[in-house]
Amino acid sequence: MQKDELIPHLFRTEYRKIISVLCKLFGVEHIEIAEDIVSDTFLMASETWGLKGLPKNPTAWLYTVSKNKAIDFLRRERIFQDKIVSEIHQEKITEMEIDLSKENINDSQLQMMFTICHPCNSTEAQIGLSLSILCGFGVEEIADAFLTNKETIYKRLARAKEKLRTEKVKIELPVQSEISERLETVLTTLYLLFSEGYYSSSKNTGLRKDLCLEAMRLNLMLVENSQTDTPSANALLSLMCFHSSRFEARTDKNGEIILYEEQDENLWDKKLVEKGEHYLNRSSTGINLSKYHLEAAIAYWHTKKVDTTEKWENILQLYNKLLQIEYSPIAALNRTYALSKANGKKDAIIEAEKLKLEDNHLYHSLLGNLYIGIDQQKAIEHFSQALLLVKSGADRNVLINNISRLNAK
Amino acid sequence: MKEFLLIFRRDAVSNENQLSPEQMQSMMKPWQDWMGSLAAQNKLVSSGNRLADEGRVVKSNHVVINGPYVETKEAIGGYIIIKANSIDEAAELSKNCPILFVEGNVEVRELVPMD
Repeated sequence: MQKDELIPHLFRTEYRKIISVLCKLFGVEHIEIAEDIVSDTFLMASETWGLKGLPKNPTAWLYTVSKNKAIDFLRRERIFQDKIVSEIHQEKITEMEIDLSKENINDSQLQMMFTICHPCNSTEAQIGLSLSILCGFGVEEIADAFLTNKETIYKRLARAKEKLRTEKVKIELPVQSEISERLETVLTTLYLLFSEGYYSSSKNTGLRKDLCLEAMRLNLMLVENSQTDTPSANALLSLMCFHSSRFEARTDKNGEIILYEEQDENLWDKKLVEKGEHYLNRSSTGINLSKYHLEAAIAYWHTKKVDTTEKWENILQLYNKLLQIEYSPIAALNRTYALSKANGKKDAIIEAEKLKLEDNHLYHSLLGNLYIGIDQQKAIEHFSQALLLVKSGADRNVLINNISRLNAK
Repeated sequence: MKEFLLIFRRDAVSNENQLSPEQMQSMMKPWQDWMGSLAAQNKLVSSGNRLADEGRVVKSNHVVINGPYVETKEAIGGYIIIKANSIDEAAELSKNCPILFVEGNVEVRELVPMD
């Protein structure tokens, strides 16, 4: 790897590790100091490595420099006067263990996840913090992912950190009795982080893919730890694997979405499909059927492109259950599409019209498609209505094509 | 929006109206599709429960009698909770309930919140 690629790469992989260990050591109230130390370390790396060439082991170099900076800081600021001084004597600072072993890094990161996803912050703030601290994203990238400006993100992050300080949130795993409840929040954040990448309207496909990979990496850490290796965590990871198996097939070279029906199956990543199946199997223990289980099972059926009655009947029943757990307009629309495949278009039209989602362009697209071959005029009306409501360019093109095809008949 | 309890009743007494296990199985899809339809309209509050055939009725003199309380031949088989703007809308939503295919009925009752 070239130097100019190496530093951003190391930043992605090592930033979160060092910062988690330092935060754990300093306490959440000094989260910004930990951030400064790690940023300084990377700044120094780009200067020094440019002049003197790469060190033999760049990762070890980063660890040593940040360790030294942390010790310097502790000595200078004596921040631990009220915290650690009673346990460690001043003269021992230089020998103080800053444990950057793989084990401590993993533990610290996992604990950090729970701290960042503490319910005292809004989910938006949790995702922002996750991106910033656990994924090493810059404010600009986060702003791009949220389709907002740097100011907003900067304020959001500062407020969220302040909240962790005032609430005195500890960097630790919740006690066993609270873990499943707290894990719910962590899973929600990872789910949203993944969705942010998968469904974001940002044209930056590289960034979007990174968001998805980061969500998967964090989720993997959960299933690799016995305390957080729950059926729901496995189901969520399975869902992410199935979805991301279509990453290469779902956008064209301009970053425009290619519809599922028109994707080249050869571009689907079979290894990720297998991984998805692996985690889906691992998720099928216990009695709790989470929405992640249902969504993963739906995604599983979508890895088989051939239309069969069995496929659509299964998808319909999964959506029936999913909607009973949690309503969402998109699930309601997808359920109705599955219904048209399983029970026929006539039933589906009756059901679709009950949904009353007139402001949603997908609602009109669905009805347009259902009316094809049944009532051409109504199909055209719905596609035209969808065209008035739609925002993205790719969706527009699909609708315009549909309308002109129907008019040609 | 108000909430309504839908109570499903059907003949549970006379033998000729009992459903075979196969019939029960084939009823699963219409039930799931109907509940899914209510949920897709964002009208389902609780998927409720099915009730077992066996029951006890405890009377005021502490006499316990076997079997669900059946005034007529109809017994309660289950319930769900939905939301609707009016009792008429709730009744309208009940018209596709699969219990009606097996000569059962749906009782629609508004829930009155406790103060």
